[in-house]
Amino acid sequence: MAAGERALGAAGAVAFGIAVIAAATAAVEGLLRIGLLNRYIVPLPSEVLASFPRIVVEENILAPFVVTCKECLYAMLLVAVFGILTGTLLHRFVALRAATETWVAALASAPIALMYPLFLVLFGRSATTVVAMGLIAGLPPAILKTVEGLGGTRRVLINVGRSFNLTAGQMFAKILLPAALPNIFVGLRLGLIFCLINIVGVEFMINFGGLGHVINELAERYDLPGTYAAIGFVILVSILFLILTERIERCLQPGT
Amino acid sequence: MPAARDLSGVAGAPSGSGRVAAIRIAIILVVVALWEAASASGWFYRDVIPSLLTVGRALAVLAVNRDFYWHLVVSLMEVGQALAIGGGLGIAIGLALGGSRFLSRAFERYLYYLGPTPKIIFFPVMIMWFGVGPASKVALGALSCFFPIALSVAAGMRQIDPVLIRVGRSFHASPMQMAAKIHLPAMREPILNGVRLGFGVAIIGTLLAETKLSNAGIGYLIMQAYAVFDMPRMYAMLIVLFALAIAANELVGRYAGVHAVSGS
Repeated sequence: MAAGERALGAAGAVAFGIAVIAAATAAVEGLLRIGLLNRYIVPLPSEVLASFPRIVVEENILAPFVVTCKECLYAMLLVAVFGILTGTLLHRFVALRAATETWVAALASAPIALMYPLFLVLFGRSATTVVAMGLIAGLPPAILKTVEGLGGTRRVLINVGRSFNLTAGQMFAKILLPAALPNIFVGLRLGLIFCLINIVGVEFMINFGGLGHVINELAERYDLPGTYAAIGFVILVSILFLILTERIERCLQPGT
Repeated sequence: MPAARDLSGVAGAPSGSGRVAAIRIAIILVVVALWEAASASGWFYRDVIPSLLTVGRALAVLAVNRDFYWHLVVSLMEVGQALAIGGGLGIAIGLALGGSRFLSRAFERYLYYLGPTPKIIFFPVMIMWFGVGPASKVALGALSCFFPIALSVAAGMRQIDPVLIRVGRSFHASPMQMAAKIHLPAMREPILNGVRLGFGVAIIGTLLAETKLSNAGIGYLIMQAYAVFDMPRMYAMLIVLFALAIAANELVGRYAGVHAVSGS
C-alpha cells in the first residue's frame, strides 16, 4: 500500500476512490441485471440516475429542496444567535456556567428527535415544529463550544487588551470572539449536523414540508429509484451547508 | 473537563460550591414554577402541559408496568445490536482509514459528507432490505452509529504520538503487540468518544424507526401515547428515555475521561 501511495499521490487516491465506487455501482447493476439481486428491493443504479431529472420535473423536487434549505437556514441562524449569546453569558458568569454546563452537555446527549410528538402537540403540523426541533437539537453543541472557545482565549491576548484599556465590549469584539471563532465554528458545524438530522427526520416522520416529506411520499408509492434519488438531494443539502459553514469560517478568519 | 475545572474554580471562592448549588436549586424552582403556571394558565390545549404531579403519577404507573419493561428490553436489545454491528464496522473502517493516508484520501470524504445526512431517510430502504420487523430498526441504528465511530477512530488513529509507535518498533513489537500495547491504549479516548457519539445516534435512529413503523419498543409506546393523547404518559416515557440515554452517555464519558461535546 505504501508503494501505491507514493506512486499515485493525492490525485491518484481520489481517482482510486471514484473508480472503486464506480466499479461497485457497475457490479450492483450487473448483479441486478442477471437476477442475482432482486430488482424489487434494490433498484438499478442506472434507473436511480435517470430518476434525478424525473423527480425534478414530475415531483418538482426543487421546491421541497428550497423548503428544507430554508428551514435549515432559519434553524441555524437561531442556533448561531442563541447559542453564541448563551455561551457568552455562561462564560461571563462563572457560577452560572458551573451550575448549568453539565446540564447543557446532558441535553446534547439526549435523544431530542424523539420529542417530535410533543412538538406536534405544541406547535401543530407546521414549519414551526420542524424549525423548533432543529433549533433545540443544534443549541447544545453551539453553547458548549462557545464557552470552550471563549474560556480557552490565551491569557497574553487578554493582557494585551487590558494594556490598551479596552472596554468590555471592545475586549469581546476584538480579543475574545476572534480567538474563540474556530471553536465556535466547530460548535456550529456540530449544531448543523444535529439540526439537519432533526429537520429532515421530522419532515419524514410527520410527512410535512421539504425533502423528508418527498422521500416519504415516494417510498409510500413504492417508487424506489425516485426514493434513492431524493435521498441524493438530502445528501446534497448536507454537503451544501457544510461547505457554506466552511466558507463563512474562512471569510471570518482569512488566515486559516 | 471544563465543567469540573469551572466547579473547582468557583469552589475556590468563598462558599463557591454553595453558590452553584443555590443557582441550580433556583433554576429548578423557576422552571417548576413556570411549568405549573403554564399548566394552570389554560393557554394550551388541555393536558398539553400537565401538572408535574400528574407526570410524576404517570412515572410511578410506568415504573410498575410490566409491559413497559418488555418494550424497554426490546428497544435496548435493538440499540445494543445496532451499536455492536455499526460500531464494529466503524472501528474496522476507521482503523483502515486512519492507518493509510491513501485510503483516507480515497474514501474519507464520502464518510465526511454522508455523516451529517439524516439516516432516518434510509428507513424505507431498510424496510425493503430487512423487512418490517426489528432487523430494519437495528440496521438503521447501525447505519446511524457507523459514521461518527468510523470518523472518530480514523482521526484518533492519526493522532497517535509517533514517539509511541517508534518506541514499539524499537522493541521489535509484533503487529499484534503494536495493536494491543500501543495503538488501542493510545486510541482509548477517541474510540470511546466515537462510541459515545454513536450510542446517541443509534438510540435516535432505532427509536425513530420504531415510531414510524413498529409494534414493539419505546418508540412504539410513545406513538401509542400520542395517538390517544395521553400526554402525562408520553412525558413520563420521554423522561425515562432521556435519563437512560444521559446516564449511559455519562458512563461511557467517565470511562473515556471526557465530559464535553467533542469537536469534529
